Amino acid sequence: MSNATFDRPDTADAQDQRQNLSNLSSEEEFEALLTREQPRHAAVWKRSQLDRRSFMKVMGATLALTGLAGCTPRPPDQPIVPYVRTPEFVIPGNPIFFATTMPMGGYGMGAVIETHEGRPTRIEGNPFHPASLGSSDRFLLASILDLYHPDRLTDVRNADGLQSWDAFNSALQTALADAPNGQGLYLLTEAVSSPTMKAQIDALLAAYPDAQWHQYEPVNEDSAFLGAQLAFDEPVNTVYHFDQADVVLALDGDFLTSMPGSVRYARDFMDGRRVRMAADGAAPAMNRLYAVESTPTSTGAVADNRLILRASEVELLARAVAQALGVDGGAAVDGPWDPNWVSAVAEDLQAHAGSSIIIPGREQSPVVHALAHAMNAALGNVGSTVTLIPPVLANPVAMVEDLQALTDAMTAGDVKVLLVLGGNPAYSAPADIDFAGALGQVPFSAHLSQMQDETSMLCMWSLPQTHFIEEWGDILAYDGSASLVQPPIGPLYPDAKSALELIAGLAGDDRTSYDLVRATWESAANGDFESFWRRSLHNGVIEGSAPEALSVQPAGNALPEAAPMDNGLEVIFRPDATIWDGRFAANGWLQELPKPLTQLTWDNMAAIAPAMATAMGLSRGDVVELSVDGRTVKAPIYVQQGHPNNAVTVTLGYGRTAGAGAGTDAGFNAYAIRPSGAQWNMGGAAMQATGETYVLATTQDFPYMEGAHDAVEVATLSEFIADPEFVHKPEKVVNIIPEKEYNSYKWGMSIDLTACIGCNACTIACQSENNISTVGKHEVEINREMHWIRVDRYYEGPEDDPATYFQPVPCMQCEKAPCEMVCPVQATVHSSEGLNQMVYNRCVGTRYCSANCPYGVRRFNFLDFVDPALVLVDMRNPDVTVRARGVMEKCTYCVQRISEARIRANREGRMIEDGEVTPACAAACPTQAIVFGDLNDAESRVVKLKQEPQDYAMLADENTVPRTTYLARIYNPNEQLTSSES
Amino acid sequence: MSQQLFKPGANNLAKVSILAGGLITALVLGFILVTVRSPFTKAPVGIPVPQPVRFSHELHAGTLNVDCRYCHSSAEVSPYGGIPDTHTCMSCHSQIATYSELLEPVRNSYASDERLVWNRVHAVGQYVYFNHSAHLNNGIGCETCHGRIDQMPIVWRNETMTMRWCLDCHFEPEKYIRPLDEVYTMGWTPPIPQSELGPQLVAEYDIHKDGLTDCAVCHR
Repeated sequence: MSNATFDRPDTADAQDQRQNLSNLSSEEEFEALLTREQPRHAAVWKRSQLDRRSFMKVMGATLALTGLAGCTPRPPDQPIVPYVRTPEFVIPGNPIFFATTMPMGGYGMGAVIETHEGRPTRIEGNPFHPASLGSSDRFLLASILDLYHPDRLTDVRNADGLQSWDAFNSALQTALADAPNGQGLYLLTEAVSSPTMKAQIDALLAAYPDAQWHQYEPVNEDSAFLGAQLAFDEPVNTVYHFDQADVVLALDGDFLTSMPGSVRYARDFMDGRRVRMAADGAAPAMNRLYAVESTPTSTGAVADNRLILRASEVELLARAVAQALGVDGGAAVDGPWDPNWVSAVAEDLQAHAGSSIIIPGREQSPVVHALAHAMNAALGNVGSTVTLIPPVLANPVAMVEDLQALTDAMTAGDVKVLLVLGGNPAYSAPADIDFAGALGQVPFSAHLSQMQDETSMLCMWSLPQTHFIEEWGDILAYDGSASLVQPPIGPLYPDAKSALELIAGLAGDDRTSYDLVRATWESAANGDFESFWRRSLHNGVIEGSAPEALSVQPAGNALPEAAPMDNGLEVIFRPDATIWDGRFAANGWLQELPKPLTQLTWDNMAAIAPAMATAMGLSRGDVVELSVDGRTVKAPIYVQQGHPNNAVTVTLGYGRTAGAGAGTDAGFNAYAIRPSGAQWNMGGAAMQATGETYVLATTQDFPYMEGAHDAVEVATLSEFIADPEFVHKPEKVVNIIPEKEYNSYKWGMSIDLTACIGCNACTIACQSENNISTVGKHEVEINREMHWIRVDRYYEGPEDDPATYFQPVPCMQCEKAPCEMVCPVQATVHSSEGLNQMVYNRCVGTRYCSANCPYGVRRFNFLDFVDPALVLVDMRNPDVTVRARGVMEKCTYCVQRISEARIRANREGRMIEDGEVTPACAAACPTQAIVFGDLNDAESRVVKLKQEPQDYAMLADENTVPRTTYLARIYNPNEQLTSSES
Repeated sequence: MSQQLFKPGANNLAKVSILAGGLITALVLGFILVTVRSPFTKAPVGIPVPQPVRFSHELHAGTLNVDCRYCHSSAEVSPYGGIPDTHTCMSCHSQIATYSELLEPVRNSYASDERLVWNRVHAVGQYVYFNHSAHLNNGIGCETCHGRIDQMPIVWRNETMTMRWCLDCHFEPEKYIRPLDEVYTMGWTPPIPQSELGPQLVAEYDIHKDGLTDCAVCHR
């Protein structure tokens, strides 16, 4: 495969040797050569202004100083400081785990926090929690970084500077004197599902009967709420059971990565897609996913049949499908889709009545939600694959309306005291709701937040808020089951308070938040409360708290008529894949995490279809001016394959101006053009090139690997059944590296590309586990990101509707590792268990290994990336070396976890059992696509997976004998549609 | 012919100085390397380290024969041997020698909740992840690394604790291994010659010698 093309430039028409040389040294030719041969270094070369003379100087100095990099000063004499009284359960050196729950948008995600001597170092999913099942998403994994953020708000502040809670409370009491009975006292919270919080707010509203409570989330579920009102006249939450579903139709709903229940949904959905021929022997079967989508998402990438529409057209399609299913969807509409698509999907759904799911997206209109309810009911899915439960949020409202009402009251001067608990509404309010301006009209305002953000800047008081890892509480999950929020550590900054504590204090309740939460659940306990409480705290989940399914009757409301199709340019607003609504803008891990599909870091963009880019003469990085409804914003273009034409997607959360740490001023603020009347998509927009350009830093811009076009093997289910051995398997060739025997353990990994949804949770999990640095936008631009496991994305087929594949790539742990041969100092060597070990203290930084790695998985510390902020030191995993500048690093298969398991097993006089060692990536993976184990254990899961016919090694012809192999991507398209399309 | 600037001898001088220059550089570099790596300059072996409390292992572990694990309780189950907390000291010393002058810092710590600050005696390199439990559960005695603690009034480091010293045993554990029930014994002598007992125990405890020299065993 690697017939490295080293063509001499321009030899054909060369006159003589001289001509040839001058050609080679001409800028363009040289760059072309450089780009081809040394892609990773080309960017650096182009950027540097190095002439030959300086180059020689630098190289000379490098040569002279070689080896100095290995010299580190001796550690100072350290003291040993034991406890006065060792806390319960603490054994120095052994971690302790606590179950808790991460709140996001009012929904809880079960978590387990690892602590070392009291310091939280890592967060993972909670196996007992229904939304997690032990897996996690990128937000959960990265949330621990926010706890230790060096810019956190640590003290009560107002315009005069540092203050105290006493000063705030007395000022508040004075202000409340102007608000008899709470007339003029307004509370603005984020979405609330916590029973204890609800009880405290109720108590507050009882103490101040005229006080008002408003809620706002910029990424809200207004459509689902209004859709349920339309369908049933009452709010319900919908829970989907993908494990029961054979056919799924997603109506612009990215249920795999961006819903409150996504981690669970992804697991359940993928459990219906794991084709195991060697194990079952029977003819394999798979579920089928039809995805209608506007902006490309993981769900569309995984879908068996995808239909690309503009966001506004999805409702029309939903009506058409409804009609084909015999559900009243209003008048029949034609749209820019193949009518066969609708009939084929409807037929498939009907053939699987009772075992199908129609799932609408948060970003679709209430009508789509109402239609989905009606279609699921008509198909008999309600009660089997779909259940309706009472609303999870304590007080469900349409949040945009709620914020509008509050802002109106503020403008009218009705608001005397405004307490904003969490959130950042001054930044995230829709463009036509001038919350920030109205704040000026409020005589007393305070903002409780972790960072001093845009809202804090405009409020009179900034109050420090605890991180969820520091507070007591409770919260409901997507399915309504309750779990506890338990702090493994007290507040890092003693002045910080939780929203619950603040409200309780205001209501005159002087119990601690722990007592409040306990009191809430005292009534729920069956039998002995103390054991119930301890069990709930241990598991994190409150047993049996999931609500009964509702049986609600359709209200029979007529749906509003379909709006005529708008042929103008449509702007689609979406939460950002990594920093969401802006709440994670300060989180360096999430900022640097490549966004699924675009691989963009540190920025947001205006994504458009390739055809549109060509038509408008735009290319990546061109800055355009987007105008919606008279408001404009400047945004850089990203040409995204599979994006609908005549539409542009912008993501929320960027353009922060305060309290976003390193993310401050990154990207542009899409809220500035987001209308309140059409939160998610708006027609009639205009886009104009400005002539400016902007650098977008993406990963995977340059080829990491030679011959990467063969990296992903793909087949449809029927092709696979016809020819199970379809993957490319090279013939065994002689290798100069001698065979080695592995007598004890032989570690290996299998990655199922069918199951990979490209969510990037593995990357963050690895970053957290292995103390991996973030490097910043500038370094990502020159391909110096440090992630040990990356998720590559490949497109195949036409640009406007390509097939999309994801491929997680960690170190392959080659048995015949090319990197090992070239290291001059034996810093990378093979272990007796087959690991390709990296010895940091031997490494002198020649980078030969990385040049010789065909998979491009090695990462070099070009600079001293270790964050100097002292507070971050406490977060590091003490079991993994923090690498210094000048040292190569790469995936170790989480060797620290292997060591730990080996020592434990050894202590107990046994071998390590299958599943006992789980690398961080495999533990985090929502779909369990990554399986790790001992290849010497014939019964291990990984051995079974590697026996499947679709198992293959990436770049197998390189003859590196990698320990990590892949299961080919198999999908199950509706043949009726593929044949009609082609 | 113009005047020669250099006399004929200058040639030899040049040759000698080139040679001498190279030689001196090599010597200096060699000296530095030897010095840096020498256990004598690196490890303070045999030097008692003063501690805030004049605790005597000779008395406690020797004369009184207190089990190592009474105080170093995490050694068997965790990477760290564990330094006892003040409460562990006081569990005996609230009964025995309650008013001893030597115990004043301990009593102060107990009363004021201020931690005692001990001085580290044993340390391995910064990149090393040493695990006490892995050694104790595989028949490496305390004495092997820490020496005759029961004879030290004030503890000193008995071994260099350099990588070479570690590897001596990781290459040939049979030279040092002892039965599991003798791990905490001080002054143990093998009942049969170590050259016979060692290989037996290595086999019995299922110690994979080739794995012991994997880099990742200690470095990660």
